[in-house]
Amino acid sequence: MSVTATMLPVVARPRRRVSFRAAFGLGALLLIGGSAVFAPQLAPWDPARQMLTKRLRPPMWQARGLREHPLGTDHLGRDILSRILHGGRISLGVGLTAVTLSALIGVTLGLLAGFFGGRADALIMRIVDVFLAIPYILLAMGVVFALGPSLLNVILVMGATRWVQFARIVRADVLSIREREFVAGARARGNRPLRLLLRHVLPNALTPIIVVATLELAFMIIYESALSFLGLGVQPPTPTWGWMLADGRNYVATAWWLATFPGLAIMLTVLAVNLLGDWLRDTLDPRLKV
Amino acid sequence: MAPLVEVQGLEKRFSVGGAWLRGRRRVIHAVDGVSFAIEPGEVLGLVGESGCGKTTTGRLILRLIEPSAGRIRFEGHDLMALSPPRLWATRQRMQIVFQDPFASLNPRMRVGSIIAEPLAIYERAGATERRRQVSELLDVVGLDPAFAERYPHELSGGQRQRIGIAAALALRPSLIVADEPVSALDVSVQAQVLNLLMDLRRRFGLTYLFISHDLHVVLHMSDRVAVMYLGEIVEIGPRDALYRAPRHPYTQVLLSAAPVADPKLRRERIVPKGEVASPLAVPSGCRFHPRCPLVFDRCRVERPLLRTVGAGHEAACHLNEAPALLTGA
Repeated sequence: MSVTATMLPVVARPRRRVSFRAAFGLGALLLIGGSAVFAPQLAPWDPARQMLTKRLRPPMWQARGLREHPLGTDHLGRDILSRILHGGRISLGVGLTAVTLSALIGVTLGLLAGFFGGRADALIMRIVDVFLAIPYILLAMGVVFALGPSLLNVILVMGATRWVQFARIVRADVLSIREREFVAGARARGNRPLRLLLRHVLPNALTPIIVVATLELAFMIIYESALSFLGLGVQPPTPTWGWMLADGRNYVATAWWLATFPGLAIMLTVLAVNLLGDWLRDTLDPRLKV
Repeated sequence: MAPLVEVQGLEKRFSVGGAWLRGRRRVIHAVDGVSFAIEPGEVLGLVGESGCGKTTTGRLILRLIEPSAGRIRFEGHDLMALSPPRLWATRQRMQIVFQDPFASLNPRMRVGSIIAEPLAIYERAGATERRRQVSELLDVVGLDPAFAERYPHELSGGQRQRIGIAAALALRPSLIVADEPVSALDVSVQAQVLNLLMDLRRRFGLTYLFISHDLHVVLHMSDRVAVMYLGEIVEIGPRDALYRAPRHPYTQVLLSAAPVADPKLRRERIVPKGEVASPLAVPSGCRFHPRCPLVFDRCRVERPLLRTVGAGHEAACHLNEAPALLTGA
């Protein structure tokens, strides 16, 4: 038994700087990001153009498929490929900005709560409890109703309702980091609170932040689709992946491609972001560098 | 000469529980009325079992933990009265070396940045000068300057402890609190680090508060020794006097428990009864009485105070009023 204990795969990490997984994640994300940026040039059709004579055509490799609509058409005869390309701009843009916003709010409050403790901690964590108690969709509905549905409002609402995820994780981590000896040492060597937080505590809390951020990006894309589905998100006919998914749901028994392709787009994005997040986490941790 | 550090009636109470639905609020007296002074250039050893408050005492002196009561004078300043900016400025003169070399260095910083950081914070030197000083400090602690580019996890325990010492030295302090600096190291490495600390003391005129649970290490390093038990100092005195003629039963117990490298030497081993009392339930009277081999009635009710038993030698035991009972055993 004692022999096997020394053989645990602690150092069994690939010696390559960039693993296949990371390369795949980066490649997929570049592809998705690139096609979103260049959607107007790449898309064969106007995503809003309806061609009622060509409604519900399957992808080109199926029996009634048309060569000019590679991924088929929806119930209004709009080209699915073009809509996915254009939809990516909204979905990715909204997702990234919303995650950034919620990370900024959540990490800041989590750091303050965990590091200073006492009243600051109690106050911030009670606010977190309030946010956790109210269903975030309900909260978002209320705010969007009040402010009116616009792209900016959607992003603000998404960021302002999901920051608690970051705040809780960061607080829990900081609670343990601040008790470690190097923090006391840094204080003895003249670090004042702000520098101590940014140079010594935050870098050591980075791992869970990156993990949560990658998970949240996936969540934000779905979140946006939920808001769009309720009519509170981005307004039709602007295509978004979430809205296409929700819309295609009605036809899933007869026309599977309506929901499947935007679903695949979301899945691929989430997978790529997660792989890249893993790599980023390992790269930023000097202990894991070989 | 005025002492470099003077501590009077230092206390630290931690409260446990007492939060909503978390049971009764109880108070731990981690450090309970500790007083001592350290002369410039002196090494005061602080020895005691784990949990006796010696580490807390070390951190209180630097005000890394806020004392609950007591006074600390350092280089003529009353540390308790200093405003935060003044305290910050005074901290340059007092540094700390920690016990666990695997926890005391920020794993995300290179060795060079760890050592250079205090120089940058206190604006002692520009970037080039800092690099030069880092090389010099690494050399002083016996490491190659190339270590500056390494991360702490790449180093051994002894090497890390040297880095910790270099970082503490960077600001040229007068006082270093060495909090069990070798307890986590292999015996062979312990000797090297202890010798390094002694060299540095001579070279830079350092004063140490040397904290350890290892009596041998403390006796080897210190000019004077203070023995702590459950938050109190029970005996303090010159090393040789304390070693040859300990005046508190607890010190005698510690000395008799320490192994001696001479198989022919037979000594009476004094074994204390029971376990260390919890600081949550401090015994009445003398705190050591439930475990003391020489306990008598008075010990259970009356707390003994430190009284002079020799030149610069004090002990807190009722038996010192009739020394024959204590030493003639």
